[in-house]
Amino acid sequence: MTDIPMADVRIDTAVLSTGPKISTSGGGSLRADGVTAWFGKHCIIAGVDMDMPAGSVTSIIGPSGCGKSTFLRTLNRMHELVPSAAMAGEVRLDGVDIYGAGSRPALMRLRIGMVFQKPNPFPTMSIGENVLSGLKLAGIPCRDKAEMTERCLNKAGLWAEVKDRLGAPAGALSGGQQQRLCIARSLAVSPRVLLMDEPCSALDPSSTKRIEETIREISSQVTVVIVTHNMQQAARVSDYTAFFLADKGEPGRIVEFGPTGEIFNAPNDPRTEDYIHGRFG
Amino acid sequence: MSDLGLLVETARPLPQPRVITPGLTTGDKVFRFLAAAAAASVLAILGLVALFLVLEAEPALKVSGLKFLTTFEWNPDGTPAHFGIAALIYGTAMIAFIALVVALPVAVGSALFVNEYAPVRLGRPLVALLDLLAAVPSLIYGMWGLYYLQPHLQGTSRWLTDHLGFIPFFHTTRPVFGSSMFIAGIVVGLMVLPIVASVTREVLSQAPRGVCEAALALGGSRWGMIRSVILPFGRSGIVGAAMLGLGRALGETIAIALILAFNFKITTQILAPGGGSVAGLIANNFGEAGEAQRHALVAAGLALFVITLIVNTVARIIVNRTSKGKMED
Ligand SMILES: Nc1ncnc2c1ncn2[C@@H]1O[C@H](COP(=O)(O)OP(=O)(O)OP(=O)(O)O)[C@@H](O)[C@H]1O
Ligand SMILES: [Mg+2]
Repeated sequence: MTDIPMADVRIDTAVLSTGPKISTSGGGSLRADGVTAWFGKHCIIAGVDMDMPAGSVTSIIGPSGCGKSTFLRTLNRMHELVPSAAMAGEVRLDGVDIYGAGSRPALMRLRIGMVFQKPNPFPTMSIGENVLSGLKLAGIPCRDKAEMTERCLNKAGLWAEVKDRLGAPAGALSGGQQQRLCIARSLAVSPRVLLMDEPCSALDPSSTKRIEETIREISSQVTVVIVTHNMQQAARVSDYTAFFLADKGEPGRIVEFGPTGEIFNAPNDPRTEDYIHGRFG
Repeated sequence: MSDLGLLVETARPLPQPRVITPGLTTGDKVFRFLAAAAAASVLAILGLVALFLVLEAEPALKVSGLKFLTTFEWNPDGTPAHFGIAALIYGTAMIAFIALVVALPVAVGSALFVNEYAPVRLGRPLVALLDLLAAVPSLIYGMWGLYYLQPHLQGTSRWLTDHLGFIPFFHTTRPVFGSSMFIAGIVVGLMVLPIVASVTREVLSQAPRGVCEAALALGGSRWGMIRSVILPFGRSGIVGAAMLGLGRALGETIAIALILAFNFKITTQILAPGGGSVAGLIANNFGEAGEAQRHALVAAGLALFVITLIVNTVARIIVNRTSKGKMED
């Protein structure tokens, strides 16, 4: 059982390293079913159902502390790394429960990548090594490293800026460049889904724009789920939007989920309307 | 806006800084005096110790000169007096080295286990237990080493010399094992283990969490994360922890005095009886030493004092640099 997914991964990379076929591989479909998460006895989110179709961009919005990051981390099994954490419900990647018996967390994280709020390149590695680090960590062979590095950096919109100094330490890049390097690093292992937790919150407008373009470009190859506090960003990049809200002392729940146009122009719930227009505590 | 600021600045001369009185109460002043006195007394004691060592060692150092550091006989009462601590410095270093070879892997392993693998409920008691090891008096370690460990390590020593005898350190001329630098080194290693382990644990726990998560989120295993993030981050901190342990190992006395069959030779045969250390020499001889011998022993003490001071200072600098310099990820 555990061996079969590994073989899949090798096929993925074979496709990747032959080049052009990548554009046809498409993203994976992700489905959350009654996802509930706890830290200790404290229930953070309850009964979250969400369908993230293959190749779509889904944005998650909601006030601070309503459990957006927590939800995102249940989607690739990062949540369970916190000692007191617990979860219930199911998360299905292409129909298969990632929490099912016999599924390995490391493999699930390989397929469902994550970009964090704070850029976190490996400080002891060079720019080039950072891009390939995921392959090395997962033990995936890579035949043409130079080509792989260039392609991933290109996809993340960073190639032109760093192509002459791939050997320089990653820490020497600016915050926005570091974040794009992290995106390139995540793309190198060709994930089926990419989760992004406020990837632009520490960045200037032009870096933000670059990353939004990147998201649009990669969405044909990888399903994207992005948490953001920037309404315009959600409206610009996403196909679907979910609005999370936690009442005082209550776990966070989905108030409304649907096509981004509908959520922003004609929301069903007055609370969604209030939040989008900044009339919210 | 900025132009305006510039104009104002050039137009008006800079004012003198104002005198600000701290406004301490009488209680504050008394307490400040007491605290300062306590701090000063620490420095004074260190200075007095150094002064005592230098003054007391001087007569002996006058007799031997530089030979004190290069020869290895010990006959300070003879005529003419011959004494040098070359063999003892070698023995001290060798025992400390063996101690580190024993302590460091265990320290790093236990630190990684507690930080990265153990559930909180197991980790806490484990840390407490490890720290408890530090509280065991070194005399107890020495006795345990002599009466329990020594007989039980005969087989290990024999195996090492039989199978790895081609390495000079494991070669023995006669198959007699025990009272050796090997056993003394292992016992000292167990003694320094707690300090090395707790400093290592502290340093490794400073590894930036965000970067660790990045390694896991890329599909890395725990071991992959440790190898690619935690160990590269903590490398110099581990070196510092090892040097702190080294500082302790250099000064260790009782275990060595109990276990070692003291001699004044430089030998690579660490499994055979024999060897020596500066601290062991002083412990063994200070009680019944005559005038000349006493000065010579204090001179040996001075050498030890200087070495441990240097090792500890360097270690502290390294440890502080890793835990401060890389705080922000
Ligand atoms: N490691 C943790 N241990 C305990 N409680 C936590 C932990 N992480 C988060 N929480 C709690 O879970 C709740 C939701 O946090 P979460 O980070 O998911 O919110 P968020 O919606 O992402 O907020 P923000 O928009 O500020 O990032 C908060 O009340 C927080 O205090
Ligand atoms: Mg968050």
